[in-house]
Amino acid sequence: MALIDTINPLLTTGWAKGDAGWSLKDYEARGGYAQLKRILASKMSQDEVIAEVKKSALRGRGGAGFPAGLKWSFMPKAAPEKYVVCNTDEGEPGTFKDRDLLRYDPHSTIEGMIIAAYAVGAKRGYNYIHGEIFDIYQRFEEALDQARAAGYLGDRILGSDFSFDLFAHHGWGAYICGEETGLLESIEGKKGQPRYKPPFPANFGLYGKPTTINNTETFAAIPFIMSMGGEAYLNLGKPNNGGTKLFSVSGHVNRPGNYEVPMGTPFAKLLEMAGGMRGGRKLKAVIPGGSSAPVLPADVMMECTMDYDSIAKAGSMLGSGAVIVMDETVCMVKALERLSYFYFEESCGQCTPCREGSGWLYRVVHRIEHGEGRPEDLDLLNRVTDNMMGKTICALADAAAFPVRSFIKHFRSEFEYHIEHKKCLVDPEVQRVGSGFFKAGAA
Amino acid sequence: MNKQYDMLSPEALGKIDREVAKYPADQKQSAVMAALVIAQDEKGWLPKETIAAVAGYLGMPPMAAYEVASFYNMYDLHPVGKYKLTVCTNLPCALSGGVHAADYVKGRLGIDFNETTPDGKFTLKEGECMGACGDAPVLLVNNKRMCSFMLPEAIDKLLAECN
Ligand SMILES: Cc1cc2nc3c(=O)[nH]c(=O)nc-3n(C[C@H](O)[C@H](O)[C@H](O)COP(=O)(O)O)c2cc1C
Ligand code: SF4
Ligand code: FES
Repeated sequence: MALIDTINPLLTTGWAKGDAGWSLKDYEARGGYAQLKRILASKMSQDEVIAEVKKSALRGRGGAGFPAGLKWSFMPKAAPEKYVVCNTDEGEPGTFKDRDLLRYDPHSTIEGMIIAAYAVGAKRGYNYIHGEIFDIYQRFEEALDQARAAGYLGDRILGSDFSFDLFAHHGWGAYICGEETGLLESIEGKKGQPRYKPPFPANFGLYGKPTTINNTETFAAIPFIMSMGGEAYLNLGKPNNGGTKLFSVSGHVNRPGNYEVPMGTPFAKLLEMAGGMRGGRKLKAVIPGGSSAPVLPADVMMECTMDYDSIAKAGSMLGSGAVIVMDETVCMVKALERLSYFYFEESCGQCTPCREGSGWLYRVVHRIEHGEGRPEDLDLLNRVTDNMMGKTICALADAAAFPVRSFIKHFRSEFEYHIEHKKCLVDPEVQRVGSGFFKAGAA
Repeated sequence: MNKQYDMLSPEALGKIDREVAKYPADQKQSAVMAALVIAQDEKGWLPKETIAAVAGYLGMPPMAAYEVASFYNMYDLHPVGKYKLTVCTNLPCALSGGVHAADYVKGRLGIDFNETTPDGKFTLKEGECMGACGDAPVLLVNNKRMCSFMLPEAIDKLLAECN
């Protein structure tokens, strides 16, 4: 779906023409590749580029929110072989922004990656694209061909002495490859099992070489930052939370879709942009940052602004910017059961606490949902999460634990009702109607 | 040319060569994911011998290619119907009818997840988030074609088009 609404568009400026505006010519007409040209023509130093990104307070858009400029500065200067990698494995349930970024404006990500490669001294890069969006992968390859033909990629770019080439690599159905070191293993042609850290990718990355890895939206923001200046970008948002951000709004709203708003925009405003609650029903809960982020009850969420610090203060995470909106037709036990199944299914199995713990969580939530829960189960669930969090190679174990803990914390009475009465607090017929799949009155 | 690769067509091998060219000369194994997809598209699914042939072509141990084929969900290690339908039922989709869409397809085809219709035409799979939750309900046809907003009429239309 093309852009519906935005405040202060940057990343989405290219989306206006929908599928008709993605090619190189369109991007150049919007001022695309001007920043790359300027950097090369003026022989800007690597440190100057990194300093501009640092000034912008751009934080990684893939989930962890790590400052991008700082990450780039970790790359060793002298290493002869370095890589830049883009993470478009977008598999965090609720997130669908990177798909649209590459669908409507692939060249902003490409230009951002070229500028990043210049800044960290990489000669080669890869964009790892989620396997389920194969048409987007094909379009990205076409965009790369266009950029290569125009001299933006390859040897001695635009006559400078900077060379860089970029390729697309697709996934084939494994959530764990979104974790950056699992992703690197996957590019190497292996199972996508995360590596121990440290060493971090800046020292030991793809093929063991220093590697900068960022999310698609992080790279896509770079040309805009270079164009308007780091400080102006920062000022669009709020201190420590620079710029604009894409939010993927899904669930019980009238107009699900991607919305670009300045950091610090009230959640209430975002909800209004998404058309408000479907059927005028009442907001019950929101998962503000992708399925791995703790759920927040309606009243807490309505007080939040959409930025890293506000959401963290409320006890959750901005994460990937996936805003999952749930109304009063949702049974929280069933919702949690589906999420727990996901983490159990996608655990790569390397670490015992994650492999066994995610199975326990799913089985116990499943039995509560199916009327076989025991009064001690809620404490059991919390104990299992205690044994998972912070005890594993990657953060998937924490991602499996957060939903369980937060659903029980905020909706405990609904779980207790389930255990005691062996059925949902929310009438099954109400739940059925909530999805909007069946026309009113149809069987 | 080594006989072992005869099971893959020259076109498929040509496509694999293009994938290999994306990686450093000593990192041919990086092309294994794409190569297995190319082989799966040609064969319909991935028998052990095909996986071994891909491994041989890329100069890697068959076991290493088999590990990859079994780790990622969209490789089919068993025969599937002519049309493999994968419906996303994860929570964001379920809020907008993902589970109900899957139930509807099950009813229309008379099969459950991981089953194939007796005429070999359809296989049904349950999918995880495809990064398209704003278009829910969504389903994939043969891994590569994404169908959006799959309400009952759209599902009826899709099934009628599959011949
Ligand atoms: C289980 C798991 C899944 C992840 N999935 C993604 C993903 O789909 N896309 C993404 O950009 N980052 C994902 N991440 C975060 C990456 O590991 C990494 O932090 C990110 O790509 C860095 O880019 P950024 O700093 O620009 O955000 C995931 C992390 C974990 C632990
Ligand atoms: S925490 Fe889970 S997903 Fe991450 S490496 Fe360990 S087993 Fe694999
Ligand atoms: S939850 Fe179905 S596509 Fe994301």
